[in-house]
Amino acid sequence: MNAVVVENIIKTYGKKKEVQALDDISFEVNKGELFGLIGPDGAGKTSLFRILTTLLLADSGTAKVDSLDVVKDFKAIRKRVGYMPGRFSLYQDLSVEENLEFFATIFNTSIDENYDLIKDIYVQIEPFRKRKAGKLSGGMKQKLALSCALIHRPSVLFLDEPTTGVDAVSRKEFWEMLKGLKQQGITMLVSTPYMDEAALCDKVALIQKGKILSIDTPVGITEKFGRPLMAVRSSRMLQLLQQVKELPGVQDAYPFGEYHHVVLKEDDAVAPLLDFIRTRKDEGAEITVVTPDIEDCFIALMKTDT
Amino acid sequence: MKQFFAFIKKEFYHIWRDKRTMFILLGMPVVQIVIFGFALTNEVKNSKIAVLDFSKDDATQSLITQLDASRYFDLEKNLVTYGQVEEEFKKGKIKMAVVLPRHFSEDLKHENKVQVQLIADASDPNVANTLANYASAIIMDYQERITNGRKMPYTINTEVRMLYNPQLKGVFNFVPGVMAMVLLLVCTMMTAITIVKEKETGTMEIMLVSPMRPQLVVLAKAVPYLLLSIVNIATILLLSVYVLEMPINGNLLLLVGESILFTLVSLSLGLLISAGAQSQQTAMFISLVALFLPTVMLSGFMFPIENMPLPLRVISNIVPAKWYYSIVKSVMIKGMGIAGVWKETIILAGMMIFFLGMAIRKFKIRLA
Amino acid sequence: MSNSMITAENLTKRFGDFVAVDHISFEVNKGEIFGFLGANGAGKTTAMRMLCGLSLPTSGKGTVAGFDIYKDNEKIKQNIGYMSQKFSLYDDLTVKENMRFYGGIYGMTNDFIRKKTAFILHHLHLEKEGDVLVKSLPLGWKQKLAFSVAIFHEPQIVFLDEPTGGVDPVTRREFWSMIYQAAELGITIFVTTHYMDEAEYCNRVSIMVDGKVEALDTPAQLKRTYAAASMDEVFLKLARKAVRGE
Repeated sequence: MNAVVVENIIKTYGKKKEVQALDDISFEVNKGELFGLIGPDGAGKTSLFRILTTLLLADSGTAKVDSLDVVKDFKAIRKRVGYMPGRFSLYQDLSVEENLEFFATIFNTSIDENYDLIKDIYVQIEPFRKRKAGKLSGGMKQKLALSCALIHRPSVLFLDEPTTGVDAVSRKEFWEMLKGLKQQGITMLVSTPYMDEAALCDKVALIQKGKILSIDTPVGITEKFGRPLMAVRSSRMLQLLQQVKELPGVQDAYPFGEYHHVVLKEDDAVAPLLDFIRTRKDEGAEITVVTPDIEDCFIALMKTDT
Repeated sequence: MKQFFAFIKKEFYHIWRDKRTMFILLGMPVVQIVIFGFALTNEVKNSKIAVLDFSKDDATQSLITQLDASRYFDLEKNLVTYGQVEEEFKKGKIKMAVVLPRHFSEDLKHENKVQVQLIADASDPNVANTLANYASAIIMDYQERITNGRKMPYTINTEVRMLYNPQLKGVFNFVPGVMAMVLLLVCTMMTAITIVKEKETGTMEIMLVSPMRPQLVVLAKAVPYLLLSIVNIATILLLSVYVLEMPINGNLLLLVGESILFTLVSLSLGLLISAGAQSQQTAMFISLVALFLPTVMLSGFMFPIENMPLPLRVISNIVPAKWYYSIVKSVMIKGMGIAGVWKETIILAGMMIFFLGMAIRKFKIRLA
Repeated sequence: MSNSMITAENLTKRFGDFVAVDHISFEVNKGEIFGFLGANGAGKTTAMRMLCGLSLPTSGKGTVAGFDIYKDNEKIKQNIGYMSQKFSLYDDLTVKENMRFYGGIYGMTNDFIRKKTAFILHHLHLEKEGDVLVKSLPLGWKQKLAFSVAIFHEPQIVFLDEPTGGVDPVTRREFWSMIYQAAELGITIFVTTHYMDEAEYCNRVSIMVDGKVEALDTPAQLKRTYAAASMDEVFLKLARKAVRGE
């Protein structure tokens, strides 16, 4: 059973439809799945979320949430989905408690009714329940926003860039919370520009310029990388990068943390690279084989796409 | 319904917690009425008057003593010739002159009729009007005393002459004007701004993706401002009656009812503006330029409409405040009933239905 | 003049009872890429503002490009460039107009501005986009342009406040290669970021926790000290100790 079905969605903006936000997007999300939509700003993530939450109309194509059509059955959808927009969208001048109560009432429920669902998240901010939402720290705001989006026990939860601009610690905590919610059987769609978060999803779609580059489980995507990938480093990184790029059989080379990642065209190309690194031993040159991660795949897909 | 009330409650939190705005909203009518009215109530105390008494008999002496004894007037000078009246006014020493004709006492006794002339400096129309009213009241009072027990054989006619501004433009006008301005500001501008603010902060997005009906969201935002406006109406009326001592001559309920009608027109306009505007600045700008300025300029409050060129007179008809202003003047000052203002009332009601209809039609249940 | 482009000595900023920045001390060398990390609310922004001459410290000493941060903040501003994710270029001006504007602000001559503009546009392969409004450019291009504009007047130091937020991984790398080139030219780079892999690109990294600099070293040394496989782990180990929020 699919929680979300998207078929050939096209969305453009502007008078002459000159800005293509979504270019023929299709995918499915299973019930209970944690689905990640990974891509940079401007890839079309927010447009897609707004179409699925019935806030925007697509130019063409169809989409269903819980088997309900996003255009025809928008009222029914609004009763059962949860939505956390990209920027902090709670009432800053209301306290933590007042915000939660307000959203509970608006969604025709009460805090008590669904407290078990938000308990693990809400207890962390409960000590500050009298504090105004605007005075909370970034991480706490996220927790409150998530509690409010969950208070009516939605069947599908849409989280638009919940971790953007949030520090690494809060990001980590946030994903822990999402894992907890998955246990409760809630289907979740999360968008993020952080590639490293892809690994935490059940399934991901890599999206760029309104197109889906690849869609699979995180492991499935990295398995499709299909080329040898090496990591090199030395004491002269900038020079090393330029030199490696010139080598025969090197498809691409780019900085990656403390290493440069080198994508080779084929297995045979490993030998020249190894030779080259050996000649740079005095500069502390090292080489190792690495398994590609989502970021490597995204870079490769972006470059084949253009 | 429960959602609706939760929303209203939330709206009151917003208003209550933004103390500065709340203070402005509730304090504005007080400040305006006091500023406009202060000069008026202050200056009528101990105003200097001159008397030109051609009779110099017991009756005139008694009347003059009574005028002088009141807290409103101080007798500055006894004049001898008519020419001196103008002279004294030009010197700026007196605010009013009382002219008592020859044979005052005899005429009163024999012909039961006397003409008293009150000449006021109406370059300040508010003051002139008030002084003339007070003086007339004192003369009536005097007349009642001397006719005590008897059946109105004597009548003293007071003839009021306004110098420099015989039509008395501006007198009392400011109270209806302030009412229109305050209601428009609170309802239209604040409603528009507060709805657009939800769009700006993104909370409107969440509200739209909720089971609450979008139209209900907007109506719920308007309700607190309706209540706030009723408080403002009460403030203005109480101030004008008890501080400015300006009576409400017509039916109070009618006046309040008409004010609520105007409030609804303003709210509908606010909703209409909010449907189109995407930022608080835009909402404020539209409210100010498209509504506030025409209200001040074209409602008849500042400048008399009858003196305007034809195009402006025509345009003034679409300014809701013009009709409300005319209603308040009729009911509050002239003491007219619904029969006297039914036309304006229907026009306002029509405007409300039109604006509200437009607002609901333009309201988007989606983002774009 | 010593080799230090930035020095901070017990730099402190209090807001009432709240100590936003608590006796921080460090030095940044010429041509160094210095990563300035910390959780939200750790005091990064406040510290950066003091160094840019936007806010006076409560106590402590500091110099930027050899100038005292108490007395010479006008001179400091002439010698630094600044770019943040939130504000960089004017959307409703064209690329060239933005450059003219910034060049003008720093008192560059018309001739200099013209030559420099041509150089940058050529370098970024944006010759055709010179007269295009900035708002119609993709985000990645905007960020690269913003960086070029931040170093337009050839400052000694450039402060970058989360410059790569939301940018795709390819553009992010192009951006960093620009940073490397600038550093090669001797420009000192002071950068904050939420991407921990980017911290690895820095020569040295400082990590702020609760207003204090808890760690300062090369990424490799930090990983050794904290027995961590990545900077992400180092950061989590340190920042988890934080007691205060934003």
